[in-house]
Amino acid sequence: MNLDWSQIVPYIPFMLEGIWVTLQFVIVSIVFGFIIGTVLALFKIGSLKPLRLFADVYTSMFRGTPLILQLMIIYLAVPQLTGYDISPFLSAVLAFGLNSSAYVSEIIRAGISAVDKGQTEAAMALGVPYRQMMIDIILPQALKNILPALMNEFITLTKESAIVSTIGYLDLMRRGQVVGANLYRNFEPLLFVGLIYWGLVMVLSLLGKWVERRLSKGD
Amino acid sequence: MINVEHLYKSFGKNEVLKDISIEIKQGEVVSVIGPSGSGKSTFLRCINLLETPTEGNITVASVDLTDKKTNVTKAREKIGMVFQHFHLFPHLTVLENLTYAPLKVKRISRAEAEEKGLALLERVGLSDKQDAYPSSLSGGQKQRVAIARALAMEPDLMLFDEPTSALDPEMVKEVLDVMKDLAESGMTMLVVTHEMGFAREVADRVIFLDQGLLIEEGEPHTFFNNPQSDRAKDFLDKIL
Ligand SMILES: Nc1ncnc2c1ncn2[C@@H]1O[C@H](COP(=O)(O)OP(=O)(O)OP(=O)(O)O)[C@@H](O)[C@H]1O
Ligand SMILES: [Mg+2]
Repeated sequence: MNLDWSQIVPYIPFMLEGIWVTLQFVIVSIVFGFIIGTVLALFKIGSLKPLRLFADVYTSMFRGTPLILQLMIIYLAVPQLTGYDISPFLSAVLAFGLNSSAYVSEIIRAGISAVDKGQTEAAMALGVPYRQMMIDIILPQALKNILPALMNEFITLTKESAIVSTIGYLDLMRRGQVVGANLYRNFEPLLFVGLIYWGLVMVLSLLGKWVERRLSKGD
Repeated sequence: MINVEHLYKSFGKNEVLKDISIEIKQGEVVSVIGPSGSGKSTFLRCINLLETPTEGNITVASVDLTDKKTNVTKAREKIGMVFQHFHLFPHLTVLENLTYAPLKVKRISRAEAEEKGLALLERVGLSDKQDAYPSSLSGGQKQRVAIARALAMEPDLMLFDEPTSALDPEMVKEVLDVMKDLAESGMTMLVVTHEMGFAREVADRVIFLDQGLLIEEGEPHTFFNNPQSDRAKDFLDKIL
């Protein structure tokens, strides 16, 4: 083994800064994706056919094409078509947010439809209006199915976020590559960056487990 | 209290209820019996519009449910329903199950809702369970809570769809006792049941459905001892 960790020491602050850069657009993407995803899920369980169709086609499109392609299309095609010079950050947030919303909408829809139909009927039979039934009866039960799956989606998004390195955004991944190119040694910086990703994902997983434990208290 | 006129219900091409007409008076207890798949549940579910009738009119407590202008959600407040599989709200305690709809739908005060809820729990013999979650209850206890939950809305009428079919035999009696007590208190009840003992003793009238048709109806003693139709005879021969 021919590892020399001492050489990357001066670059460590530069790479650590990447954590924040990555987290910044991951968090914005998650929030953005969650909001759009919730709206799409409401379309899917609602009774308006055109909205349902739209949400289904949307989901199928974003799940059916590579994420890197979606990113490229937003980053490259938007300026070409509209003349608007879109920043890597905005491209990344749009691509990841829109992509994630497709998965999130499916997670929420599945979580809601996994709630026993008898719950809806019992609430209806008591004269509970639809909106109130959703908020008080269905969603609290659906959350038990939704939150663990949602946490997985956030973990996936965090890892896949490394794809933004391809449009020159200076995220954690890109910084590892930059350091590698400077040193003519790729292994150490990549390994270092890899450990950071792993750490981030571990934190998210622990958070997920904690939330799950809190939710299962009622049973 | 209930007036059903020429009720038809189809699921796609499958005609499940065919021209059912019946009138049920205030305080009457009516048992609905018939073979599996004869449309008993569908009939019951039409009466609170969990199923939308294909044709016909249903009037409950002088509200025409089949009129498009009727607020169905509002009308359901006055029609209690008890299901075979209880369908208690698992994330709420027993008392919260009872107070939820009065609080959120009728908007009475919490103090009043809890007072009424506790009185109902006492009535069904479950005062000690107010803070328990449904998952910790036995089947018989769950069903008694479900009955109390429906009663908490102070309905004019109670629908029961095979309330004891999902219970272990030793728990059937405790639920039937609560229903008997309710019948004696003057509640109008429509009960789909396989418990012929209940139909015989408690019901004022029995109606017999087969293949979506109302074949026969009558006073229990007459119906069980001297059924008129061949289909009712066949059915009773099989189960008694
Ligand atoms: N939601 C539905 N969609 C399609 N068909 C249905 C639906 N609900 C009931 N049916 C059909 O309607 C018929 C009558 O069903 P129903 O549940 O009313 O019978 P039942 O007399 O209550 O039977 P059981 O004693 O088994 O409960 C059956 O053929 C059933 O398959
Ligand atoms: Mg049935």
